[in-house]
Amino acid sequence: MSETSTSPVSSDEAPQSGAPQTSAEPIGRDDLARLVARDIAPGSFVNLGIGQPTLVSNYLTEEQNITLHTENGMLGMGPEAKGDEIDPDLINAGKIPVTELPGASYFHHADSFAIMRGGHLDVCVLGAFQVSATGDLANWHTGAPDAIPAVGGAMDLATGAKDVYVMMTLLTKDGKSKLVPSCSYPLTGVGCVTRVYTDKAVFLITDDGVRVRETFGVTFEELQALVDVPLLAG
Amino acid sequence: MLEFKDTVAEAVAGVKDGSTVMIGGFGNAGQPFELIDALLQSGARELTVVNNNAGQADEGLALLIKEGRVRKMICSFPRQSDSWHFDAKYRAGEIELELVPQGNLAERIRAAGAGIGGFFTPTGYGTMLAEGKETRFLDGKWQVFETPIHADVALIKALKADGKGNLVYRKTARNFGPIMAAAAKQTIVQVSEVVPIGGLDPENVVTPGIYVNTIVKVG
Repeated sequence: MSETSTSPVSSDEAPQSGAPQTSAEPIGRDDLARLVARDIAPGSFVNLGIGQPTLVSNYLTEEQNITLHTENGMLGMGPEAKGDEIDPDLINAGKIPVTELPGASYFHHADSFAIMRGGHLDVCVLGAFQVSATGDLANWHTGAPDAIPAVGGAMDLATGAKDVYVMMTLLTKDGKSKLVPSCSYPLTGVGCVTRVYTDKAVFLITDDGVRVRETFGVTFEELQALVDVPLLAG
Repeated sequence: MLEFKDTVAEAVAGVKDGSTVMIGGFGNAGQPFELIDALLQSGARELTVVNNNAGQADEGLALLIKEGRVRKMICSFPRQSDSWHFDAKYRAGEIELELVPQGNLAERIRAAGAGIGGFFTPTGYGTMLAEGKETRFLDGKWQVFETPIHADVALIKALKADGKGNLVYRKTARNFGPIMAAAAKQTIVQVSEVVPIGGLDPENVVTPGIYVNTIVKVG
């Protein structure tokens, strides 16, 4: 499922220095969400994960005509419900009350997961603990011995959506890269991630390797110094 | 034979100790609280419960777990900010957990109702939740063999039933109701309203009455 690169580059070719767009400023969570929203093709069916990915919905425009799926059984999900709009029978995957848009539909859980698992969703956006250089995803379990495991729909989404975008900070609190040669946390899916949006760069997982599309507040060389995965420019 | 009961206590009276009980709902939406309370009152124990979660706060499924009636949970997402009763039992080693990816949970329930002996799916391949399971390379992908989940009883919540047991639901409270109704030997449904035969548009029936055994009106 890895994304096909737009320009053919052999694996031994040196990165073209300076090819990715570089902006001097780091990017905040909301601006990153705006960027993800802008990158989603018009007319797409999209599932947004819990947490940071939910912010993307704030920046989808009417012209894009995006339909949001929620795994508990709805297409055409609207914004979070407020005040009198709150209906306990109408919630999203995070169990937050939401609204329905005109043209919405409801279906049972097996149908909802058939939508994911059958490859009908164009894009899902997920959070992550780690992403590997080949697009393996770890986002459901730390593996700590005292942790109570809970997986929900993460494995179905990761495996089933045509494109899997991850949103995360590039570094952990103690400064380690979450883009890794191979995941140390338990996997959610193998080779499923196609793009990684972080506060320091946007990475494309391609057949040739990890390509840097743009950087925020760091140069390509500075980014490479932070990440223990060989990066391709542009 | 479809039966209409006057009380939730009568509706769940036949649930035996050691039963596998599917309980509808995703979080609180669609959770049949009145039927669960009646099951708690009935004293049934050593239950295996199938639900997406493992109870929230101090009501419904959470109380069944708190009171030690549940021997095993089959679910996808037990750990939540308010799942303290499950968390305590799990950490004390007093409840067994079979953790299932949510789509596998739904499809395994669906398979049981549809008479399917198992299926292959890419979900979970290469993860710890597929360890020990048969795998095959099919349709260009590695896939994992998953088996159906059958149940003795399903407790579900719908909006309306007609005199034939046909059901309609409300919004995202539908969730597991239709597939659990088909997967269980005995399906017990709580509804807000019972309408006469002919009172539901046949084009809009979501669960056909053939899957339903017992109906009780609540509220």
